[in-house]
This record gives sequence, structure tokens and C-alpha cells, in this order.
Amino acid sequence: MTPRPPAIRTKAETALAESFEQNRATMPGGDALRGQRARAFDVFHERGLPHRRIEAWHYTDLRNLMREAYPITQGAPAAAPASGLRIIIRDGVCTLPTGAPPAGLKLTTLRDALAGASDALIHALFPDQGADDAMVAFNAAMARDGVLIEIAPGAVIDEVIELDVTASGDAPHGDISRSLVLVGEGARASILESHAAPPKVQRNSAMIFAVGAGASLAHVFETCADSPELHVSTLIADVGKDARFESFAFVSAGEVLRRQGFVRGSGEGAKIALRGVNLLKAKQHADTTLVVDHAVPHGESRELFKTILDGEASCVFQGKVVVRPHAQKTDGGMKSQAILLSDDAAMYNKPELEIFADDVVCGHGATVGQLDADQIFYLMARGLPRAQAEGMIIEGFAREALEFVGNEAIRERLGAGLADWLARRAS
Amino acid sequence: MAAVQETVDKVKSVDVDAYKYGFVTDIESDMAPKGLNEDIVRFISAKKDEPEWMTQWRLDAYKRWLTMQEPVWARVNYPKIDFQDLYYYAAPKRTPGPKSLDEVDPELLRTYEKLGIPLREREILAGVEGAAERRVAVDAVFDSVSVATTFKAELAKAGVIFCPISEALQTHPELVRKYLGTVVPVTDNYYATLNSAVFSDGSFVYIPPGVRCPMELSTYFRINEKNTGQFERTLIIADKGSYVSYLEGCTAPKRDENQLHAAVVELIALEDAEIKYSTVQNWYPGDSEGKGGIYNFVTKRGDCRGDRSKISWTQVETGSAITWKYPSCILRGEGSRGEFYSIAISNGHQQVDSGTKMLHLGKNTSSRIISKGIAAGHSDNTYRGQVFAHRKASGARNFTNCDSLLIGQTCGAHTVPYIESRNASAVFEHEATTSKISDDQLFYCMQRGLSGEEATALIVNGFVRDVLQQLPMEFAVEAQKLIAVSLEGSVG
Repeated sequence: MTPRPPAIRTKAETALAESFEQNRATMPGGDALRGQRARAFDVFHERGLPHRRIEAWHYTDLRNLMREAYPITQGAPAAAPASGLRIIIRDGVCTLPTGAPPAGLKLTTLRDALAGASDALIHALFPDQGADDAMVAFNAAMARDGVLIEIAPGAVIDEVIELDVTASGDAPHGDISRSLVLVGEGARASILESHAAPPKVQRNSAMIFAVGAGASLAHVFETCADSPELHVSTLIADVGKDARFESFAFVSAGEVLRRQGFVRGSGEGAKIALRGVNLLKAKQHADTTLVVDHAVPHGESRELFKTILDGEASCVFQGKVVVRPHAQKTDGGMKSQAILLSDDAAMYNKPELEIFADDVVCGHGATVGQLDADQIFYLMARGLPRAQAEGMIIEGFAREALEFVGNEAIRERLGAGLADWLARRAS
Repeated sequence: MAAVQETVDKVKSVDVDAYKYGFVTDIESDMAPKGLNEDIVRFISAKKDEPEWMTQWRLDAYKRWLTMQEPVWARVNYPKIDFQDLYYYAAPKRTPGPKSLDEVDPELLRTYEKLGIPLREREILAGVEGAAERRVAVDAVFDSVSVATTFKAELAKAGVIFCPISEALQTHPELVRKYLGTVVPVTDNYYATLNSAVFSDGSFVYIPPGVRCPMELSTYFRINEKNTGQFERTLIIADKGSYVSYLEGCTAPKRDENQLHAAVVELIALEDAEIKYSTVQNWYPGDSEGKGGIYNFVTKRGDCRGDRSKISWTQVETGSAITWKYPSCILRGEGSRGEFYSIAISNGHQQVDSGTKMLHLGKNTSSRIISKGIAAGHSDNTYRGQVFAHRKASGARNFTNCDSLLIGQTCGAHTVPYIESRNASAVFEHEATTSKISDDQLFYCMQRGLSGEEATALIVNGFVRDVLQQLPMEFAVEAQKLIAVSLEGSVG
């Protein structure tokens, strides 16, 4: 379906368009990049902010949710973190750690990388996946900075690469960043992407992964206690032959969060796993929209999302598994499960299959319900107060997904986050 | 097992793209001029001798239609339809409204005989033979008009009204006026609005309170004329505590150009009533190159208006070049129940985008969806369904299972479910799988002496069994045969 261009531009759309015009002259990069940005902006300008008539944004009407676009600002670089493998992107500006990175790992700020960017780098940074999405296009047009993470073939980076995306100041503003992770053949690494912000921040962030043959990358996305008011987070990944890409999302903060993933298995035997836990309350709205594209035979994909909704929160899960012709022997499994704790909460599930090859095994399951009264009764009969019984069941439910986080330290940290959320709910 | 053998025989006996209902009946027709405008709408209304309010209703629909755009969200591709290049009214030339079967053109009766539909009420002898025989009352719709309705007298004895809707407008205008357009409003969607403006005939059923309809009711639709669109409208009302089972079948001749079929079906179940609606859709699907065939753009919706009412849709979709059809249930009454059982088979260049909507509005409503899609050849088969729980629909319950089977490497199977819950106590479960016929199963059957085709037919029959079991007996046999015919040539 060709989306109809918006008849009337909203105030936010006009403001975003203006900010592109103001910034275009000072953007880093040469002519090729300028052309790329102009094309991306045209895509955004033509489509406008996504609204409910756009199928992929049906449940997250950004045109309505983003009444006002905050000015997009560039801050001064943050102070460099002295220890650890921590990269900070504050107000859309990247700061690298001072210490030397471990062997096989190369970190560059995107603004530096873009200054002399090769065509190959531009190509990797602006893949065609998701390129026709208005918000991905806007990110492509506007992102000045981020981090370029290069992992040499065969390198094994044991330490978790931490990426802190944050913002400063109380004035309402928007920040934009785009980061690229190139994982060489047979390399292994893990990345923790944390998002924090003062109350009035609108964020559009993109992470792009190219995972080489036989490589393995584990990615964790988490929201911190103070998260952006409005956040569009895009994940794009291309997974090579026999490579493994895993991404886990832990969402408990932020008012409106749209996470969209475009993941393609482009080499035979690529393994893709996308999982997550959403803990939502009050008026929070979280949207997870995934497109998993199996382009070649023998691919495997697994999706598992667990959602707990309280208050007036709403959650969206849209997952599409595409199996292209000739992508035989694809094995795809998708599951979304939600528990509604309140009568005012809402869950929208849309697990899709789009299959063009006959020798495949694909399935999906989606459930929505409330806590099992029998389970609560069982625990209460053993002397637990109701709140504790509920907490225990919810924890067990969420942990089924949490168990898949491979890194023990991160898993424990997220587990603590879960316990904390439950404790606050009970009090 | 006998039925399976029959399926296998059928596979063997028929050629690749033999559609056995593809003949044309040479019969004189009374047709309205080509194209659509206010005059045509008035012409149709005048032909039917309709009351003034009905003409106005149609004209309002037509005016609304002019402002609407064709829906494009379905996963189907076809060239733009020129709505001015169609005939909106075609009727076998005859005196208006045959009084009895003797007045019906013998050519027409032969057509129905060829289709295997007995229009003559068979005299049923009391005793041994008759007791076992099941009877079905038939309303036959040929192009735009209903040509015959059987067993009228016996149905009248039970208080059941079963007649063409054009007749109901004359004899029971108050019922038609009260219910028409209350489930599928005039403004519902592009094709439903078009239908509201130009519908020519269809069936009307009213079951009075507490009556269990003494026999199955059935309508057979046949498109015969060239370049005509068929727009029929069916309205079924089951009053308190009544029950009715309704069957629908359809065929059309083979033609190179595409023909449009845009029907509207409205079901209304009041307190404790139950409606079972079964369809075997076998419109001409086009040839093996994808040329010709029927565009089947149908709006079917049931309204469980009363408490504890139940509506069940069962469909076997094997025909049509393009199917765009979502039989739905509005579960309004407390404790009401909706069911949807579907087998959709596509072969050649067919495109199917079908599914259901279960809208849970009342408390303790429940629904069940079983959908089996089989794609072969170059076809695309999409399940698109919505399950929705309103904030007030406490205790709503849904189970959905949609499975797809792919035969061959050039077809596609797609699943697009929308599961929307706004009530904490609603419990929705959805599962879907896509697979091919497992080599192990084939091997197992062939090892026991079945040929590849026989084994495939056996496995496919097993795959769709859940749905076949829901069909009334007469249809189950027919459906089983159809499945074999539709898949033939795809088993390699």
C-alpha cells in the first residue's frame, strides 16, 4: 500500500522539516553523504509523521502522540569515562572512553568516521532495510553522531561494550544518534545499550549491525529509571552465514517507546533471536514492531516477548516473519504473551507470517489474559499474602524470557530491575 | 475412508484445470443498460416494485458510494475495476416471479440439474425410505434474481419465512425494514455500500421464536451472463430461542474476463437463538494462466444481539480468482458465542485474503476460530483476522488456530492476526503454524502401498478434518470432492 501523503502538515512535522533545513549545511560528511541525507529527508517529508493509517504504525499514532517537536540540539561532548568500556552519547554527541580498547576492538565517533567516509561505510550505515519508514528516514537525514564499533575478524571481546545514551538539561529538546556495529567473521562480542534522559526529551536512535559469517553478537537494550518522554528506537541487523544475532529488550520506563527491528538473515544458517520483557504501568505505551526476513535457506529465528501491563498502560507487539522463495528449511518460532493486571490496560498483538517457500516450519503463538486464579489460590493457600503471590507469579512469567540473557551480570541486573518494579507495584 | 478413496478417484479423473461448472446456459435475459448511475438504481428498484423508502435507501447508498474509495489493504493484486463497464441487472426473461416450478424455463432447471441441485420437491413417502432422507429447502438465484424456492408450504406451516428478499419486501416489509442494514450498515465499506445501492435479490429468512427450522435452508447462486456483476443480499433473522442451519453454494461459467461478485450477508440472532451458516464457495477461479475468474468481494457479518445467542460460520473456499471475505461475529449479547471454521484452498493464480472478526462486546462471550489454508500452484493464501475485547467484555474467551500448508515452491501462505484486548479478564489464545506435508508422513503412507497422490489426498483430508466435521452432511461430501479437484495437478 502506498501511503497517502498527509494533507496538512502538523506543527511537529513543520518543525522537524525546518530543523533539517537549518542543519543540512553543517552536517559532517562529503557530497555522497549529503545526497544520501537529502534522499532520506525526502522520504520523511513525503510521508510525514506516521499515523494510524500506516499499517506498521497502526497502534502508535505518532502524528497524534508527537504534538510538538522539541528543538534538536547538539550539546558539548560529555567528560570521557575514565574506566571501563563505556561509550557515552549525550544529546546526540559521542564520547569515547579514554583507556585503550581491548585487542580487536576499534571505536570511532561517527562524526570522525563520516568526515572521510568510504562508500562502503556509507552503504553499511544506511542499509535499505526499513529505509522507507519515515522515522528511520528522519534519523538517516539528521544523525550527526554516534559510535562506530568495529570488531576484527576472529576477535573475542569478553568485556561488555556499554553504550549509554543520555541527555542533559531540563529544557525540552530532541536528540538523534545513529551507531554502526561491524562484527568481523568469527568474532564475538556483547553490547549493552542503556537509555536515560531528563523528563522532556524526544529521542530518535538507530543501531545498525552487520554480523559477519560465523560471528556472534549479543545485544541488550534497557531503559533506565528516567527515560525519554518519546523514543523511537530502530534496530537494523544483517546476519551472515552461520552467524548468530541475539537482542534482548528490557523495557520498564519511558512514556512512549516505539522499538522497531528490521533483521535479515542473509547467509545460510543464520540464527536470529529477539526477546524481551515489557513492564508497563500508569499511561506508558510501548510498541515492539519487528520484521524478521529470511532471505536464504536454513535460517532460524526465535522471538519471545513477555509483557505485564498495569494501570492504563498499553503495549503493542507486531512481529512479522518473512520467508522468501528458496529460503527452504527455515525454522521460525514467535511467541508473545501478556498479562493484564488492570481493567484499563490494553494489549495489541499482531504476529504475522509471510511465507513463500514450502519446506519450512514456522509458527507463532500469542496469548493475553490475567493472572491465573488457580495459581494465586495455590500460593495463598500456602500462607502467602496476595501481593506476594501475584509478584511471584509475575516474576516467574517474566523470568522465562530473562533466562535467555547470556551474560550473567546483565541477567542479574535485569532481574534486580524486575524485582524492583514488582516491589514498587506492591507498595 | 470411503470419502478419501473418492477424493483420490477425483484427483485421477479430472484434468488439470477442469472446472466442471464452467458451462454457459443459453437463456434469454432481461438486462439493464451497462453502467451505474442513479437511473440504474431507480430501474432496479422499480423492477422489484419496491416501496419508496427502499428506493431512497438505495439512492442514499449510491450517493455515499460515490464518495468512497476502494479498499487496498488486502494482500491481493488485480487491475482496477471499471464499474461503468458492468451490467448491474440481469434476469432470465420470464413473466415476473414464477409462481411454480412449472413456469420456470426448462433450460434453467437443466442448469440446476447439471449443478446437481434438486429443485423439485421430491415426494417423500412415509415409511422406510423417507424417514432416513434429509430434506433441504433451496432458493436458487440465477444472475440477479431468485428463480425458485422449494418447500415453501411446509416451511410456512412451521412459521418459517424463506423467500427471495424482493418478495419479502412485498410480503413482510416491516421485518425487512427493521433489520436490513443493521448489521452491515449502508456506509460499512466500499463493496457493501455498492451492494446496498444495486442489490437485486437474495434470500430472506425469518425463524419465529422458539422454532427449530424443520429442514436445512439453502441458496445456490449462479452467475451466467457476461459482464454482469452479481450483488445479492441475504438477511437471516433467528428470533428468540430459534435455530436454523443455512447452506450457500455458488458457481459461474468459465469466461476470459473477470466478473464481480459483491454480496452482503447479515445474520441476526436474538436471545438463545442459533444460526449455523455454511458456504461452499466454488466460483470460477480462472484458468491455469490466471485469466478470468470471479472477484469475490463479500461482506458477511453476524450479530449475536441477544444473550446466549450463537452464530457459527463454516466456509470451504476453493473458487474465485480473488477472494476478499471476512465473515464476522459481533458478540453483543451476554454469554453469546461466535465460531468460524474455514478451509481456504488456492491453486493456479488464485489470491485469497480471508479470515474473520470476533468482536467481543458483551460479558462472558466466547469465540473460536479454526482456519486451514492450503496454497498450491502460483497462488497466495492469506488469513487475516481480528479478535477484539471491549473494555466491558469481562470474561471474554477466544481460541484461534490457523494452520497453513504449502504445496510447491511458487505459492505463498500468510497469516495476519490482530489480537486486541482491552479487558484484563479476557483470555485470548492464538496459534498458527505453516508447514509442508511432512516427508515422513508421505513415506509412511506410501510404504503402505498408497501412491504419492493418494497419500497427499489422505494427509490433506486429515489436515482439514476439524473444519469438515463442522459442515452439514450434504456439504461435507461435496467439500471433500472439491478439495481433491482444487489440489489436483499440484501433487508432484
